[in-house]
Amino acid sequence: MPALKRLAAAVVLIAACAALAPTARADISVDVNQGVLQPMPIAIPAFGGPQGPEIAKVVENDLVGSGLFRPMDASLFLERSLDVNTVPQFALWKQINAQALLDGQTTTDADGRLHVSFRLWDVYAASPNALLGFQYSSTPDNWRRLAHKIADAVYERLTGEKGYFDTRVVFVAESGPKIKRIRRLAIMDQDGANPSYITDGAYQIFTPRFSANDQEITFMALRDSGASIYLFNIQTGRQETLGQFKGMVFAPRFSPDGTKVALSIEKDGNTDIYVMDLRSRQVRRLTTDPGIDTSPSFSPDGAQIVFNSDRSGGPQLYVMNADGSGQHRISFGEGRYTTPVWSPKGDMIAFTKQTGGSFHIGVMSADGSNERLLTTSYLDEGPTWAPNGRVLMFSRESAGSGARLWTVDVTGRVTRAAAFPGGASDPAWSPLLP
Amino acid sequence: MSLTVQQALKLAAAGAVALSIAACASQPKPTPLASTGGTGQGETPYTPPGTAGPVTEQQSAAIPGSAQDFVVNVGDRIYFDFDAFDIRADAQPILAKQAAWLSRYPAVQVRIEGNCDERGTREYNFALGARRANSVREFLISHGVDAARITTVSYGKERPLDPGDDEDALAKNRNAHTDITQGAR
Repeated sequence: MPALKRLAAAVVLIAACAALAPTARADISVDVNQGVLQPMPIAIPAFGGPQGPEIAKVVENDLVGSGLFRPMDASLFLERSLDVNTVPQFALWKQINAQALLDGQTTTDADGRLHVSFRLWDVYAASPNALLGFQYSSTPDNWRRLAHKIADAVYERLTGEKGYFDTRVVFVAESGPKIKRIRRLAIMDQDGANPSYITDGAYQIFTPRFSANDQEITFMALRDSGASIYLFNIQTGRQETLGQFKGMVFAPRFSPDGTKVALSIEKDGNTDIYVMDLRSRQVRRLTTDPGIDTSPSFSPDGAQIVFNSDRSGGPQLYVMNADGSGQHRISFGEGRYTTPVWSPKGDMIAFTKQTGGSFHIGVMSADGSNERLLTTSYLDEGPTWAPNGRVLMFSRESAGSGARLWTVDVTGRVTRAAAFPGGASDPAWSPLLP
Repeated sequence: MSLTVQQALKLAAAGAVALSIAACASQPKPTPLASTGGTGQGETPYTPPGTAGPVTEQQSAAIPGSAQDFVVNVGDRIYFDFDAFDIRADAQPILAKQAAWLSRYPAVQVRIEGNCDERGTREYNFALGARRANSVREFLISHGVDAARITTVSYGKERPLDPGDDEDALAKNRNAHTDITQGAR
């Protein structure tokens, strides 16, 4: 078995070497594009010091949750007294088939600040130089964020992609019977910790979306009499409406620079896409087709908008320039395509697709080619991208039961229930926190 | 806790619903249940205003011009096919009755609420529900109801009548509801 493991490691190594050819340094890495990769076994012993074990657990949970890493049972560890300031005994880690080793230590200084030092080691390189060695510090109540920052650093070092763990998710917490659902605006850490409710459920909340800064969100509120769109500042609690509209107003989403909100406004039954300048509150109409035009989502450079229209019959995906010109269809498959969301990297568009009796979360290249369906269920809908463009969160409903949050990676290999324990829908992932 | 006049009327109306459900359940019998209302015209929907006596618990006929009259004797909801917003043939007589009733009671204001089944995504369904509400609005306007008396809203798939997921439930949830917001007796 060890030989086989070695072989697997070697396969990963080749990919890494290709990328790092000039330095020709032997190095472990995780290829995030591989659909059938064995998760990398990473040993994360409990960190020493105050809150050390808890921090190590959160780091491990983040990394394992990505599906790219496999946790190792601490009872197998042979080297028991690790010290961040000394080189581990690699032979003892090889013996239990660890490939990466993360070692850490916390301390509290005179001001009460919590410091975490950590080292990431390539067990097979057996080099006295760690792959990564940092120290982070914060107030002790912020210990989970320290852990997420460490997980992001490890993820980036081993995959070559930015991490996404030090992030939050706004969503709609659902409770009550289906015919009288209570829908409250809520926010939590990406891993489900620290959930809190922003609205009290007096009216229903839909489709909250983050601005490119992590503090501002926009969402739709539905009352008996009609809909309205709000801006809400998480830090200050300031909430304001985007104004009164005669018809339905929904599907708000920020432009990447945060100065505009694209949204759908309905007049006499016809829904079109508009964009509102947040400073002047001027609204500009982008589509005029008699079909339904909704769910606008900007490209990360702000130059284009992908949206949903049924102008050709059933709902399909279209792209236009940010001024409304150059509207063209990009999805041509069978089925109904809705809720397009442009990836933060710009390369892909995620969407919901309905075929026959099933719903899927899928991705396609920004020009509509290379469509891949990642999930299938009774009702999957509303994907949101993690800021690194590698993972999507969405809501899933089985027949006869309420919605829950799930994640899937862009390869479709790793699908997991997200950690929020209750009914939830309409997730929106924040950017990486500063 | 004191009841407002509106609440009291609603409660009385609720009593009337219970009785009218009983009446529906026994419909197969050749002789319909006689009304205990003062006019003796229990099943006649369009009793001229002013002839109905005061509401008592014994009365099964809704007060003409009341929200209950509208719901029971006219029909406040029509249904749609999947992803469709055209008025079905079976819905047209109901809407024609709605228009006639609204013409008879010109003080009444209505809100048309468009609803969808759950087999679609949220934002698309808000748009579809708006189309359905507007179809009803246009029908009523074309049958003589002043546009200023009608507002519309879409609840998308968010306010299902039936929590089930079989076709019967889904069909029920594809509807437009005409809700009286003001001016009923």
